[in-house]
Amino acid sequence: MKEIDYAAPKTVAEAVALFAEKGDRARALAGGTDIIVQVRENRRDVDLLVDLKHIPEVNELSCDSARGLRLGAAVPCYRIYEQPDIPRLYPGLTDAALLIGGIQIQSRASVGGNLCNASPAADSIPALIAHEAVAVIAGREGTREVAVEKFCTAPGRTVLGRGEFLLALRLPPPRPRSGSLYVRFIPRNEMDIAVVGVGVAVTLDEGRSRCIAARVSLGAVAPTPLLVPEAGAALVNGALTDDHLAKAAALAQTAARPISDMRGDADYRRHLVGVLTRRALRGAIERARES
Amino acid sequence: MSTSTNGYKVIGTRPIRHDGVDKVTGRAVYGADVQMPGLLHGRILRSPIPHGCIKKIDASKALALPGVEAVVTAADFPNPGDKIAELGEGAVNLRHLSSNCLARGKVLYKGQAVAAVAAVSPHVAEEALKLIAVEYEPLPHVTDVVEAMRDGAPLLHDDLVTESLGKPTGKRSNVAKHFQFKIGDVEKGFAEAAVVVEREFHTATVHQGYIEPHAATALWSADGSVTIWCSTQGAFTVRAQMAELLDLPVSRIKAVPTEIGGGFGGKIRVYLEPVAAALSKKTGRPVKITMNRTEVFEGTGPTPGSYIKVKMGADKSGRLTAAQAYLAYEAGAFPGSPVGPGAMCIFACYNIPNVHIDGYDVVVNKPATSAYRAPGATNAAFASETVVDEICEKLNIDPLDFRLKNAAHEGTRRADGPVYPRIGMIETVEAAKKHPHYNSPLAGPNRGRGVATGFWFNCGLKSSATASVNADGTVSLVEGSTDIGGTRTSIAMQLAEALGLRAEDVRPVVADTDMVGYTDVTGGSRVTFATGWAAYEAAQDIKRQMVARAALVWGVKPEDVSYDAGVLRCKTDDAKRLTFKELAEKLHATGGTIVGRASVDPTGVGGGFATHVVDVEVDPETGKVTVLRYTAVQDVGQAVHPSYVEGQMQGGAVQGIGWALNEEYAYNARGEMTNASFLDYRMPTSLDLPMIDTVMVEVANPGHPYGVRGVGEVPIVPPPAALANAIYRAVGVRLTQLPMSPGRVVKAVLAKK
Amino acid sequence: MSKKIHVQTTINGEPAEFLCEPRQSLLEVLRDELRLTGTKEGCNNGNCGACNVILDGRLVNSCLVLGAEVQGKTVTTIEGVAPSQGLHPLQQKFLEHAALQCGICTPGFIVAARALLEKKPNPTEAEVRHWLAGNLCRCTGYDKIIRAVLDAADLSFRARANGRERETISQVRGEFP
Repeated sequence: MKEIDYAAPKTVAEAVALFAEKGDRARALAGGTDIIVQVRENRRDVDLLVDLKHIPEVNELSCDSARGLRLGAAVPCYRIYEQPDIPRLYPGLTDAALLIGGIQIQSRASVGGNLCNASPAADSIPALIAHEAVAVIAGREGTREVAVEKFCTAPGRTVLGRGEFLLALRLPPPRPRSGSLYVRFIPRNEMDIAVVGVGVAVTLDEGRSRCIAARVSLGAVAPTPLLVPEAGAALVNGALTDDHLAKAAALAQTAARPISDMRGDADYRRHLVGVLTRRALRGAIERARES
Repeated sequence: MSTSTNGYKVIGTRPIRHDGVDKVTGRAVYGADVQMPGLLHGRILRSPIPHGCIKKIDASKALALPGVEAVVTAADFPNPGDKIAELGEGAVNLRHLSSNCLARGKVLYKGQAVAAVAAVSPHVAEEALKLIAVEYEPLPHVTDVVEAMRDGAPLLHDDLVTESLGKPTGKRSNVAKHFQFKIGDVEKGFAEAAVVVEREFHTATVHQGYIEPHAATALWSADGSVTIWCSTQGAFTVRAQMAELLDLPVSRIKAVPTEIGGGFGGKIRVYLEPVAAALSKKTGRPVKITMNRTEVFEGTGPTPGSYIKVKMGADKSGRLTAAQAYLAYEAGAFPGSPVGPGAMCIFACYNIPNVHIDGYDVVVNKPATSAYRAPGATNAAFASETVVDEICEKLNIDPLDFRLKNAAHEGTRRADGPVYPRIGMIETVEAAKKHPHYNSPLAGPNRGRGVATGFWFNCGLKSSATASVNADGTVSLVEGSTDIGGTRTSIAMQLAEALGLRAEDVRPVVADTDMVGYTDVTGGSRVTFATGWAAYEAAQDIKRQMVARAALVWGVKPEDVSYDAGVLRCKTDDAKRLTFKELAEKLHATGGTIVGRASVDPTGVGGGFATHVVDVEVDPETGKVTVLRYTAVQDVGQAVHPSYVEGQMQGGAVQGIGWALNEEYAYNARGEMTNASFLDYRMPTSLDLPMIDTVMVEVANPGHPYGVRGVGEVPIVPPPAALANAIYRAVGVRLTQLPMSPGRVVKAVLAKK
Repeated sequence: MSKKIHVQTTINGEPAEFLCEPRQSLLEVLRDELRLTGTKEGCNNGNCGACNVILDGRLVNSCLVLGAEVQGKTVTTIEGVAPSQGLHPLQQKFLEHAALQCGICTPGFIVAARALLEKKPNPTEAEVRHWLAGNLCRCTGYDKIIRAVLDAADLSFRARANGRERETISQVRGEFP
């Protein structure tokens, strides 16, 4: 690896100052499971790694059904699924946290880091988008918020500007009678990057037979994870029949812009979008019915 | 799963392996664990392009970096000329071997070593690589065997002229060699067939996937001698290769094998060893070089991708009448693919009167291939065993019954010439047929069961052993076979059996090239067979000397002393008896310790047959194949240590499963491997597999004192074909390309609809 | 050249300190600075588990942790798994079940399996396979590894259930020649 410096600021202000000074020569270090590999393999050129884990706000994890979820940017995946309420209230996010890498990766990797790494195939981002998550960004002027579906701008690039870093994710409290799910296709059973990922959230009416709100988000089929509003809209006020789900899945397929690479070719990915969207919706609806 | 000990006391039991505690506590020293004072760290600069001429190498900036001590290129190796050397597992062109360690004049694959740096830390060495300026003139490249065989394909070697049927053709080509095996008259045979199936197959390059990357540490001493510590499948082949590449007598080289973290054939050829030595010579200090995982993929010796065409015919009773095969294997950058062994094995399970096989060894701009566990046979079996399956379906014959009807047996002549001695093909098929797995119902949609058989011929080759009797009645055994899978214990068990001792009473050590007699590589499924035989012979030597010593002690003639089950008795006086231990205690006082020795080059090698049964479930929407149940049946001769025999069967089967379902080198249009990492080169994890059941059929090899047969390689041969056949029965599609990855399965399923 | 960082930490129950460059991983520090070579490098990018250690009670890939990050933390490596006398039940079961062939992945598996059994003393086969999916083995096909872990769990579980864990470790000690 090239020579780098390491800093471990203890406050948000210290971290902001370091990022402001170094610009894109510095990157945040949370779990390290992406950034360390990238620097080691010369895929990201940095002079300074800023270890955020000594800043209290990035380690914060609080969740309740009234106020929602506050997920510090450096909170490792395991804390998400071991926390008692999150699996029940945010099952889609929990699905993703259980799928990123394997046990060893989940001990360190954070959803915040997964978002900032901005891989088109990131597992947590479609789930965050389905949950209407908001990124809380710290900078020289205080904090600002950006909807997660607008956070990634290109593969590996985000809206973070000079002097900014991701502080936390804020997920609104789940609506009554809602269910969420994240599913992905990989060739093995673990350890792979998603060939296609789908995160959905649905809210049902009081009779639990019609959908009153839905969000469908796709991963690994475009330069950034996608929110597909038309697929969600197609479900609203519709019955929950297979035909309706198929229609939403077809809209998702149309929105997908997959490439062919060594993880899958474009036709296959588009096909999987249809398959996984149907399966994700069926699963989310069942969770909504049981909630 | 269990075996009988067949009347043996030690053979057939399951003692704890002698090196076990060191390995479960992290104490065992592997190649990268070697440390010594003054150590420098080396790193290799590798070609970024798949084919080109090296115009200039300028290392001046690298040498100026603080902490960098030396840089070497091919200029620092003697020019080997056109020498061909016999290095233990076949003839080797030294110009090719040398160029593969440090490229001379040309680069022939992305990742080929071009220069090397020694520095005070691995990080400094790596940073120094970025400062070595190499000027290349890129040339067009070819990475597919069929493309490489076409007229007009970019040619890799100026001097490569096709040799066909033993004679040079005068044609410059990427086809290094064409050979044929023939028996009978295939035209006549096909004419007699009621059913003929002909199919074409493509398989991708795959890697052995050992978890330990290559590592070597060299010390070029002030007295001109070189010591090399390395993870290797053969210290003596390392010594021999180093001697040739560095133009040194073997007496000046000592190769010390460390523990080795997997090889499967990929750690026989040297890569780092002569480079580390050259750096050590330049710096006067020991130099350690390790590879990272990307280098292992791009810069070592995977096994060939291939194009295979198979045509087989059977009469309506299910007797095979003819078989024809065309095998074209990618040798990578230099000639020498295992297309020969592939051709030898492709129909080897069967007794077929008319056979015609054409084999082609073809160079392409990929790493030069190395052996990978039964090299060449898996590709071949994928082709032939799926064609057999199709014939069975057309004739409505149970696939195992078909194999029984056509099975090779003692006296069957193989297409490449040899006549089989006592073999176990029929026994393994019968055992599979009786097995509960084969007879259990498989219910549920998209589920199917497939079978396949496979053959590997195994090797004998040379081994030495020395064994000294200790005063406490134990024996110290020195042997030269690096231990990849528990062989030091299986060898010790054979010595113990021969002397009537316990396995724990033998202390085996894997020695360096100065400490033990010449021993060929750990490969070819030969170690338990041949080095075990050397231990057996060393034991006979000890026995003779113990008998003579007892005779001395008792004042009788040696003919009057018997040795049985570790007890010496005087035949003429019942009162005179000594256990081995009791006599051992007396040795120092009666003429000194006893040392037994042996050097063997045994014939009597037994080939191995395997029959595998697999149940799969296929998700027709995603193409995901789940292995539900797997049973590996194999004739293993006498299993010396059954746990490690089972382990070979399970490990080989799982490598075959990975090869079948997901593993491949993915290349882009620029001739670069795009998945050179364990993230995207997808080997099976524990979550991808069920338990692997094993059935050891013990058809003792009459050619070995303890009936040993090689077992390590044949288990990798049947899995891809077995899985292809299972997938067909699950979702009705026959896949002819490896790997049978999910995208391909879905494509075939949708095409069928 | 960037300044070296002075790190104070606890390794295998003992205080330890070292100097490291910012770019050195915990794996490099363990092997090259502290001479604890039991932890292995297989891929250096978090995909094989050969470098597994326990960091503050969690199973991690030490190739993905910087040496600097373990300041004030506790690390357990393979060298810290066995008790002062004898072997840990996992180590003993790995030997009995022949759950290793070349042995290079074994330290990583034993550390990972120990982390599992401490969290879940009586796992099912599926749970063991899932937990160990981040540890690659190329030699064994995993069958005997899974059996060894289940057997070790059973042994410890039974012993704990009977309140006889200490006795079990001495049994293990005694069984081994």
